[in-house]
Amino acid sequence: MSEARNAILARVKGGVARSDDDAARRAVAERLAGHTRGLQPKRIDLDQEALVDLFAENAQAVDATVSFINSAADLPEAIADYLRSRNMPALAAIAPHPDLDGIDWSAGTMEVHRRAPEANDRIGINRCFAAVAETGTLVMASGPDSPTTMNFLPETHIAVVAASEITGSYEDMWDRLRSANRGSGEALPRTVNMITGTSRTGDIEQTLQTGVHGPKALHIVVVKEG
Amino acid sequence: MTVHHLTSRDFKAKSTAALEDAVLQGNLVKLKDNFLARRTKAKESLPEFEDLRDASVVIKKHTIAHLDFYLEAFEAAVTASGGRVHWARDDTEARAIVLDICKQENAKTVTKGKTMVGEEIGINPFLEAHGMTPIETDLGEYIIQLAKEPPSHIIAPAIHKNRQQVAALFNEHHPHLEHRGDDDVDGMLADARTVLREQFLKADVGITGANFLIAETGQTVIVTNEGNGDLTQLLPRVHIALAGIEKVVPTLEDTMTIMRVLARSATGQEMSSYTTFSAGGRRKGDLDGPEAFHVVLLDNGRSKLLGSPTEDILRCIRCGCCLNACPVYGKIGGHAYGSTYSGPVGAVLTPSLAGLSEAHHLPNASSLCGRCEEVCPMRIPIPKMLRHFREEEVASGKAPATARRGIALWAWFASRPGLYRAMTSLGTDMLSRFGRKRGRFSSLPMAGAWTATRDLASPQGSSFQSQWAKRSKS
Repeated sequence: MSEARNAILARVKGGVARSDDDAARRAVAERLAGHTRGLQPKRIDLDQEALVDLFAENAQAVDATVSFINSAADLPEAIADYLRSRNMPALAAIAPHPDLDGIDWSAGTMEVHRRAPEANDRIGINRCFAAVAETGTLVMASGPDSPTTMNFLPETHIAVVAASEITGSYEDMWDRLRSANRGSGEALPRTVNMITGTSRTGDIEQTLQTGVHGPKALHIVVVKEG
Repeated sequence: MTVHHLTSRDFKAKSTAALEDAVLQGNLVKLKDNFLARRTKAKESLPEFEDLRDASVVIKKHTIAHLDFYLEAFEAAVTASGGRVHWARDDTEARAIVLDICKQENAKTVTKGKTMVGEEIGINPFLEAHGMTPIETDLGEYIIQLAKEPPSHIIAPAIHKNRQQVAALFNEHHPHLEHRGDDDVDGMLADARTVLREQFLKADVGITGANFLIAETGQTVIVTNEGNGDLTQLLPRVHIALAGIEKVVPTLEDTMTIMRVLARSATGQEMSSYTTFSAGGRRKGDLDGPEAFHVVLLDNGRSKLLGSPTEDILRCIRCGCCLNACPVYGKIGGHAYGSTYSGPVGAVLTPSLAGLSEAHHLPNASSLCGRCEEVCPMRIPIPKMLRHFREEEVASGKAPATARRGIALWAWFASRPGLYRAMTSLGTDMLSRFGRKRGRFSSLPMAGAWTATRDLASPQGSSFQSQWAKRSKS
């Protein structure tokens, strides 16, 4: 369909009023390479500790629950507690992420299956790339250790993020993701998911209902150290 | 196969029917208390909101002025990340591209995330005619697919339905599931989850739209609340994203600026639940994700808007805010417009893309009150564009004869100030004398169309011109 491509581009070129094509091309190249930020909201002018609080506050405002633990070793117990409080079985699919591998899950009497989620898994656990305080948003980056389906298939999604990974703005997060990916051969992961609260819909009489296709519950565990 | 998704020829009959639809009227009343009130709240809790609107306008203006270069950059970036870009001049070409991909996959079930471009090109009936089963997975879209109706709102497609109607549709189409009572909304939601989960798992191809195409990274972006768009693009072997060529933006940073006004304007959320950035297909070691990633770029009349009086409509990010604010949409709903795009944005887009002859009623069905422009995150001057179409209609001699004669008569009087004053004071005088007692008229000769649905207030005191004259003297 290169015929269609050329025809569309020719029509677009004819439609944009431009006197200097070369200058315009340079301006575009500069903009694409520049990553110039727009206006950053003042609400994120905070130190790291306050950003973590703002993140938790904003995430809770969109029906996520948040718990804090001191180290990754406390994860099994924290997650088992959460599941018990919801009357849910301590049985979960877990992303094969190195940060989640070295943990003794039996400590919380948890049974975890290290794989991508299957259709009938009720609970999924994975590791965030980062989180954004501005709106209480989790950021998940796809990869061999982070199957994207973990964010959507299970009814209960449990996401683990380190306090130090919480950024103020989305732009701070993108910069970190760009540098984390440098050297991987790809500019960015295949899929980046920003998750702000649980699955919801207002499609029946504009009345908010949660958990239509994705998770009905989102629990975020913030690890304070490491 | 002819598709008429950008036309509004039956506007008069359809809007009359809408006014008589009690369910629709009840649902439309709620728009103000829901979307619009939440938008105001979201706007108030972000002091930078107005500045972000300005910044978003600047980004889109810059992009549109360099659209050819950004489209080329986007295509190069998609290709670099292993995806493929297809170009479609019109709806026919776009459908053929999609069909071709589906046939290569030997596709039977095609799941769909919400896509307005998909509606614009009429992809569902086309795939059905070729033996495939397209399944809408957004709850609102699923409801109207069962009802065999088009969407009636850009972001809330089933806004014209009440829960009783949804229950009836579900009971008819899900005979294998529990019967749902009118108020069992939780049950209906559970059914939709069960039924659609099966479809997600067996789908061969998933089709979504795109809120943004990022030139820097070759990512397509979808912004959703249910998570259906993600399951649509994740589980099948192939993901096809459909997008108009105007959806491109330069960088991730630019995307985030616009993102800060998008959800706040649309639903009043700070962020939608799921914002997903996709680049290419499954990579080495990935445990899930589509094997192939295609982007279909649709022109369908958009390129001819560049440099035209309605160029600014290309800034539209389809948030639906102008629909929520519009007093006309608020009375007649989306179906009356006939076109895929309803409300103020539809009243500009439909005649812009398909020609005024397809939609000449739309620019006239407005009081030009300006609320659409006031709330539009992209500050699109919609009333100015509606006036442009009215002028074009008059200039081309296609305005209705009664309107032309009426305006001519008014112009004749208006250019004779003495006579004009005499006639207007006489009219004001008569109306105020006869209407003084009740303060309003419930019927008037020659104004039956007005008084059939509302009263006409009777003038109080003298005319503006005579008051002005009196004040100037003193």
